[in-house]
Amino acid sequence: MRRTLTVDDIDDLAIGAWIIGTGGGGNPYLNHLNVRNLMDDGRTFELISADELADDAQVAVLSTMGAPVVMQERLQDSRDVARAVEIMADHLGSSFDALMSTEIGGSNAFQPLMAAAHLDLPVVDADAMGRAYPEAQMTSFAIAGLQPWPLSLVDPRGVEAVITRVPTWKWMERASRVLTVETGSMAATCKAPRTGAEVKQWGVTGSMSFAIELGATVRRAQRHHEPPVEAVTKVAGGKVLFRGKIVDVERRTTGGFLRGRARLDGLEAWSGGGVELEFQNEWLVARLDGEVIATVPHLICLLDDESGEAVGTETARYGQRVALIAMTAPELFRSEAGLRYVGPRAMGYDFDPVDPLAPEAKA
Amino acid sequence: MSRRIGVDVGGTNTDAAVVEGGRVVGAVKVPTSDDVLTGIVQALAGVPNDGVGAVVIGTTHFTNAVVQRRGLIRVGFLRIGLPSGRSLPPLVGWPPDLAEAVRGESIMVTGGVEYDGRPFEAFDEAAVIEAARRFGDAGLDAIVVAGSFSPVDPAQEERAAELVAEYLPGARITLSHRLGRLGLLERENAAGLNACLLHLAGTTIAAFGAALADAGFGPETRLFLTQNDGTLLALDEAIRHPVLTFASGPTNSMRGAALLSGVSDGLVVDVGGTTADFGALVAGYPRQANAAVDVGGVRTLFQFPDLLSIGLGGGSRIRALDGGGIRLGPDSVGRRLSTDALSFGGTEATLSDAAITAGRLVVGGAVAATVGQLMAAMARADGNGPDTFDPDAVLDEAARLIAVSADRLKLTAADVPLVAVGGGAFAVPERLSGIAEVIRPEHAGTANAVGAALAEISGQVDQVFHGMGRDQALARAEELATDRAVAAGAAAATVTTIEVEDLPLAYLAGDARRVRVRVVGRLQ
Repeated sequence: MRRTLTVDDIDDLAIGAWIIGTGGGGNPYLNHLNVRNLMDDGRTFELISADELADDAQVAVLSTMGAPVVMQERLQDSRDVARAVEIMADHLGSSFDALMSTEIGGSNAFQPLMAAAHLDLPVVDADAMGRAYPEAQMTSFAIAGLQPWPLSLVDPRGVEAVITRVPTWKWMERASRVLTVETGSMAATCKAPRTGAEVKQWGVTGSMSFAIELGATVRRAQRHHEPPVEAVTKVAGGKVLFRGKIVDVERRTTGGFLRGRARLDGLEAWSGGGVELEFQNEWLVARLDGEVIATVPHLICLLDDESGEAVGTETARYGQRVALIAMTAPELFRSEAGLRYVGPRAMGYDFDPVDPLAPEAKA
Repeated sequence: MSRRIGVDVGGTNTDAAVVEGGRVVGAVKVPTSDDVLTGIVQALAGVPNDGVGAVVIGTTHFTNAVVQRRGLIRVGFLRIGLPSGRSLPPLVGWPPDLAEAVRGESIMVTGGVEYDGRPFEAFDEAAVIEAARRFGDAGLDAIVVAGSFSPVDPAQEERAAELVAEYLPGARITLSHRLGRLGLLERENAAGLNACLLHLAGTTIAAFGAALADAGFGPETRLFLTQNDGTLLALDEAIRHPVLTFASGPTNSMRGAALLSGVSDGLVVDVGGTTADFGALVAGYPRQANAAVDVGGVRTLFQFPDLLSIGLGGGSRIRALDGGGIRLGPDSVGRRLSTDALSFGGTEATLSDAAITAGRLVVGGAVAATVGQLMAAMARADGNGPDTFDPDAVLDEAARLIAVSADRLKLTAADVPLVAVGGGAFAVPERLSGIAEVIRPEHAGTANAVGAALAEISGQVDQVFHGMGRDQALARAEELATDRAVAAGAAAATVTTIEVEDLPLAYLAGDARRVRVRVVGRLQ
């Protein structure tokens, strides 16, 4: 399937990508504005499904690494994202057939669109996370054991780097993080390229159209004054775990991550109950009255109960009326190999994952 | 000369309050005129003009000008931040009609700063001079200068202003770091809104002065405006930074509520005809928002009170819902309450009508509608009427909406006092969960004018200090801010610090840190 994205699709993507950012991934506002501006200038964007890719097609995998505050001051130029792809093509001595995002959750959902505007390439309806995760190696491609190198990195002042070889995905995260910090905590990167066959087998396919559909669902519910949260869970095959009011948020910044917890007091059917959410950039674990009811890798999303839009870990505050919803993670992330990268134990917890949508779940 | 007059120009009414020795000794309410000035002159005509030390005007004139795209001038934007940011140029994301009204030239040059104060790229002064030439050729004299991370180190913005002023001696230059915080686009937007109002600011403020003279005030009476943080804005500063008056209305109402009630920490709700505006008080001043605020459709981040506005007021319409129940607001009869509402001989069922019928509100000249009349009026909208109706249920719904909104503005679960002001304050019940006490101060109807009359003088410092420890830097900043407040007319003995913030600049040598301090004191 191949289609040209509309302005509505782009606006929907901003809302949907923020929802499956599961609290993190960065607010898409600026990147959304960037793509809207490119559309106003007459650029068009082609979205293709992964099965359109030839097995030997070359796909560039994009994300920008860095601190949100730097992104708000530097205002990334879409040409710099495209430049990361060009450097990678030069390094490989070949050209690309399509672009995709590493991370569909949050602002990186827009990165392949920003590059596509300058490279005249289609964007693949897929990513490597299906949500947002705190670290760059937490991808389906890493779980699959695909080759982690090379990586290209661009700072607009003419600092252009290629990391040609690393022993592991974790080393790629460490090496690229150092370069990013040194160039002022923001850099456009093109990750290890993938073949069409690899994207079809290991990518989280359909994730961009899913994010667009979620956003469209929220906006439709808003227009028709229908409850947006129920509309979202229906479309997403998700589940409302809790409704309540945020009564406390604790945040601290350690090791470049935003960590902390939020407490919710129950309303309606959950009146009298309490939920505690722990986060590291993204929501990681939910406990209801002390009992773990949802964990990574499953998607834990906090939505404004009235608007249906996402409440991020950076912006959650006392008094907000929210609905806690969950969606099951794709199978690869639930596998033994997957959990080594993105399960609760990979994030420092000593318990097994909990999928609230599994038949035996209590929530 | 202890007597002061506060004037608040609202969307519906212009209020004036006379304050002497901290007490309200007189108040006047007149309809706001289309030209704003006539209403001010009328209000001032109704109060004594002798022995008045200061007249303080709170106005939403400049906010309205942006909302109505009226009296705006074209702006030259100079952005310092290349080689980044090219694909998000100035004015991106503005409503198209406003952008077209304001767009002059937008020029981006190389430079800017990193988060730790290092230069991002060498600052291109030659390109700034070239930009000034293009602004001049285009006949632009309202110029915005916005550089990346300028709140961390404003030196490049200041240097750019010098260069532009050399080439265009009459230019009126707005520097983004003077208005906004981190977030380049939001800060540049605030500066752009400011710049497009500079012509209107000059003429309006001159007209305010003339209105004062017309009303018989002598040279002993000083004129001030109020700014978003609830303090006085000197006229020369108002002429340079009219955007600082944008939130005067709700701010003055909150300050007045604090002063009239004696509550310094708690919540305020101002229930008008159409909306209920909620805010929080910290040390007697409105708590500042720390998230982006939309002004006239433009995303900004600058000095602005943390506000929550809902569509609930004395004029809110009551509608019957299919399947029973009612909807209250968000639509309202607004200014037409006294003609269109049932109790005043009209045909619309409003919150005020339900309160009058329920015996909870008494208004001179109003006649309580029967329950049957209310039901008929509610049904008219969709032709489908309720079978039974209890006017108290409408007041319960209003109370629920107020309780939820008040709670949203709290930062912790502890009970706090709520000060209720405005003509629709009858809708605030005596008891609300999470609220320790509901306080209805005297003169609550003119809280906004009282807030203006009693506004204090502030002094602010926001600069980088080198070669001294943190304590010394903070002390030096407080001293400078106090000097500025005193120079602006504050009584030295009354100056207190209300805000301190410091940010170490790790990269810069010599223990550099950026310190922001705000102090306030009583007008001498």
